[in-house]
Amino acid sequence: MLSAGSGNTFIKSKIISRRMFLLTASKAIVVIGVLGRLISLQINERSKYKTLSDKNRFREWKLAPERGIIRDFFNQEIASNSQVYQIHLIPENTRKINEIFFRLKAILNISDKKISSLKKKILKQKPWESLIISDNLTWAEFARVNLFLHELQGVEPVVSIARVYKDNSFAHTLGYVSQVSAKDLKNKKYLKDIAVPGIAVGKTGLERKLDERMIGKVGFQRYEVNAYGKRIKQMQVDKGQAGESFKTTLDLEVQRYTTEIIKDKAAAVCVMDIYNGDIVSMVSSPSYNPNAFVHGIDRKYWNELINNDKKPLTNKALSGLYPPGSTIKTLVALSALENGVSKPLNKVKCTGKIELFGEKFHCWKKKGHGVMNMRSAIQRSCDVYFYEVARKLGVDRLSETAKKFGLGKKVLDGFNEERSGVVPNTAWKKKFIGQNWYLGETLHTGIGQGYFLSTPLQLCLMTAQIANGGFKIEPRIIFNQDKNNLKPLFKNQANIDFIKDAMFASSNEPGGTSYRSRLTDPRYTFAGKTGSSQIKRFTEEQREAEVKQEEIDYKSRDHALFIAFAPVKDPKYAISVVVEHGGSGSSSAAPIAKKVIKKVLERHNLRKSVNTLLGEKI
Amino acid sequence: MFQPRSIQSSLSLKDKLFSMDYILILSILILGITSMFAMYSTDGGEFKYHTKSHILRFIIFFSMFLLFSFIQIRFWHNASYLIYIFFFLLLLGVKYFGISSSGSKRWLDFFVLNLQPSELMKIGLILFLSKYYHRVSIENINRLKFLFTPIVALIAPVLLVVMQPDLGTSLLIAAGGLVVAWLAGVKLKFFGYAFLSFIALLPFAISLLKPYQKSRILTFLNPDRDPLGAGYQIIQSKIAIGSGGLFGKGFLQGSQSYLDYLPEKHTDFIFTLFSEEFGFSGSIFILLLYGLIISRLIKIGNITRSNFGKLYCYSFGTAFFIYVAVNMGMVLGLLPIVGSPLPIMSYGGSSMMAIMLGLGIAMSCRIYKDTPVN
Repeated sequence: MLSAGSGNTFIKSKIISRRMFLLTASKAIVVIGVLGRLISLQINERSKYKTLSDKNRFREWKLAPERGIIRDFFNQEIASNSQVYQIHLIPENTRKINEIFFRLKAILNISDKKISSLKKKILKQKPWESLIISDNLTWAEFARVNLFLHELQGVEPVVSIARVYKDNSFAHTLGYVSQVSAKDLKNKKYLKDIAVPGIAVGKTGLERKLDERMIGKVGFQRYEVNAYGKRIKQMQVDKGQAGESFKTTLDLEVQRYTTEIIKDKAAAVCVMDIYNGDIVSMVSSPSYNPNAFVHGIDRKYWNELINNDKKPLTNKALSGLYPPGSTIKTLVALSALENGVSKPLNKVKCTGKIELFGEKFHCWKKKGHGVMNMRSAIQRSCDVYFYEVARKLGVDRLSETAKKFGLGKKVLDGFNEERSGVVPNTAWKKKFIGQNWYLGETLHTGIGQGYFLSTPLQLCLMTAQIANGGFKIEPRIIFNQDKNNLKPLFKNQANIDFIKDAMFASSNEPGGTSYRSRLTDPRYTFAGKTGSSQIKRFTEEQREAEVKQEEIDYKSRDHALFIAFAPVKDPKYAISVVVEHGGSGSSSAAPIAKKVIKKVLERHNLRKSVNTLLGEKI
Repeated sequence: MFQPRSIQSSLSLKDKLFSMDYILILSILILGITSMFAMYSTDGGEFKYHTKSHILRFIIFFSMFLLFSFIQIRFWHNASYLIYIFFFLLLLGVKYFGISSSGSKRWLDFFVLNLQPSELMKIGLILFLSKYYHRVSIENINRLKFLFTPIVALIAPVLLVVMQPDLGTSLLIAAGGLVVAWLAGVKLKFFGYAFLSFIALLPFAISLLKPYQKSRILTFLNPDRDPLGAGYQIIQSKIAIGSGGLFGKGFLQGSQSYLDYLPEKHTDFIFTLFSEEFGFSGSIFILLLYGLIISRLIKIGNITRSNFGKLYCYSFGTAFFIYVAVNMGMVLGLLPIVGSPLPIMSYGGSSMMAIMLGLGIAMSCRIYKDTPVN
């Protein structure tokens, strides 16, 4: 069809060769591109891709560590771990999640709400991470799931461990653990690598304070897995590390006993070793069941707790703020003596009230106490006498002494719920209320009313520091054998001795406010001071009608307080008791202290033997 | 004016054997053997189906390559149109009698093997156009009248393959055809027009694309768009290659492929597997082998007297280069995943058959380098 001459062929051949040369040049560019890419991937970025490849290859399943145990002073476990039966689901291993939930719902009686929240959780975690469907099954439920296991693809029955609290009496002090919340993750940095499914964190109390050390180190199992998530072989196992265990200074026996005594009241009791600051007992009442929180509290019990007027969830020993009332008279007297504004034998005549700039200041005893000196004023808790002392002393010098003895600041370290209270003075009022101080307020402050607020533990510390002869101690709840370096808080120890003697009189001499609650056995004899702090001021009419505390409604009644140390001859322990709306300190707080003091002293030798035993070891 | 040195239509066997390109044969053999090791590794270090079948195919088609080498170049020239028409009929046959797999219809069932005619068409089109441009006189090459036939010959099979649908192969067929036209001297402006009309038809073409094809192109533009879906292959392939490092993880030690992270490891991603196990040095080894094969093909083109032979060898060599470059560009994340096998290395009978056919014709050009075709 076409005639191709030789010349034509030759020219064509030249065109072809020339164009081939151009093609070859462009091929070189492509080759350089491919080579460059290979160099960049396999040489420059090889470690990055090596990591990515390992990330593909290895999968880790984290193992929740065992939480540390908390023991009491006698090494009895008060927060321990026990076996629980759980049901886990690995979403990746099941094809029909909805079907599984439907079956589980029938077998375990799970609510629709729980199921929808579990489904949300699945979306947030990696498909091979196990989801805890139910973390605390009864044996019967667990057995039932095992029976149907063949039709529950991806479901795993797991025997795990969880926190158990043996005794409700420690509820407030120990606090409780519960599931990690989003807030926990945000606030507690140490949880970042620890938050594995099923781990519990301390929410309040000691559990919270010691959480970082008790939670332990997370372990892991590393497997080589294929692209479909199937485990090919186990590469490495690290069982993690159980958390640190702790021994506390608390005494289970005393704690139980005290809880039993005050179980119907809204009250708090603290007992402290006056030399080393060991907190022997710290009880807040009413108590609650901390175990209820471990596996997620049910709504009914929760509502019951938060609607209870006696506020069972509050640790009253640490976060209850009460005007110290007459218990502060010990410090008012001490401050006056130390500052030289008053002498023990200074006399004041109490007629039941005094007037200052037209305002009336009443003594609790309407008829008056007659002529009082400082000792009898403490013994009988005469308000008028202390109005006079406080007026001469001034609020600033009083507040200085009060702060020195531990009021107005937190006693323990790391308890989130602890509150610091208020020791008022002129500067404080200016700063927080924005007003000048009135002299009348000094008088109220002198009997522990007005702005004054303190926690039962602060009052216990104050008492302990008076009882030990006026030396500073550092209260502690976690057992250790460090010695307190006893720093004197006084200028003249005779003043401390005077206060102790006056407290003896208050409890053991006729006419003393807690005379009726005294213990006559010299082994147990204690010296104390009552207090009643007003919630509502009495109107003149009520005062005239001599209305009794029992006759007004519960919420308006005075708080009853009592502080004491024992035994008188050789003091060892200090105690503080606060009964919310209990009426008067002598009638409702002192009887509690009486029982607890006896119990504590009965166990003193046992406690001492543990201390000497440990002492010998070192 | 130009007297051929020897016009003998029948060379002696000794002459034929003597004029074969042994470097080319050796390169193909080494590549074939390498591919067997790679295939053995994809079978998880066991002598299983893919390995056995790959070895068998290599032996059969390598013998076929040698056999084809001895067929006269004149035969290939004369039969070019027929071969093209035969392959085209096979492609048409796919449309009506083809078997479907994962949403596309690409294969004809021939009992012993499932033939993929689109692979053969890669060679068929090059053959057809080589003969056509060999015969068109130089003055006529750029005349519209003479452009009509090549355009139809190129577009018809490409359209059939696009509709299978098989975007990758259709592009590779078209690339081969364009290379021939370019080498023959078709002016650049016609390629420009073709490009412009392609752009103009693009919206129409896109509407024909299946959703998965669109997603592949989008994924190429941004692989992290959907790391567990369409981008997964590119990402896993890059991880495998990159983690191979300088000397690789060792034979049968490629965790990416061993643990099934690598998709299509027998076929399109065979280079990835090799590169993971043998590292940068292994990659360079493969590149060198391919470079050698391509340069030998070009060399044959250089020494072949006929323009048919020149056009064919240059075009096939360039097409071969494009197949390799597209596959590597794809597994290295430089190009979208279009689905194109790596010549000789990849598992697949039709691809192997087509490449061996192409190589056989090239070798025939070498043996009969001085023989005029008409």
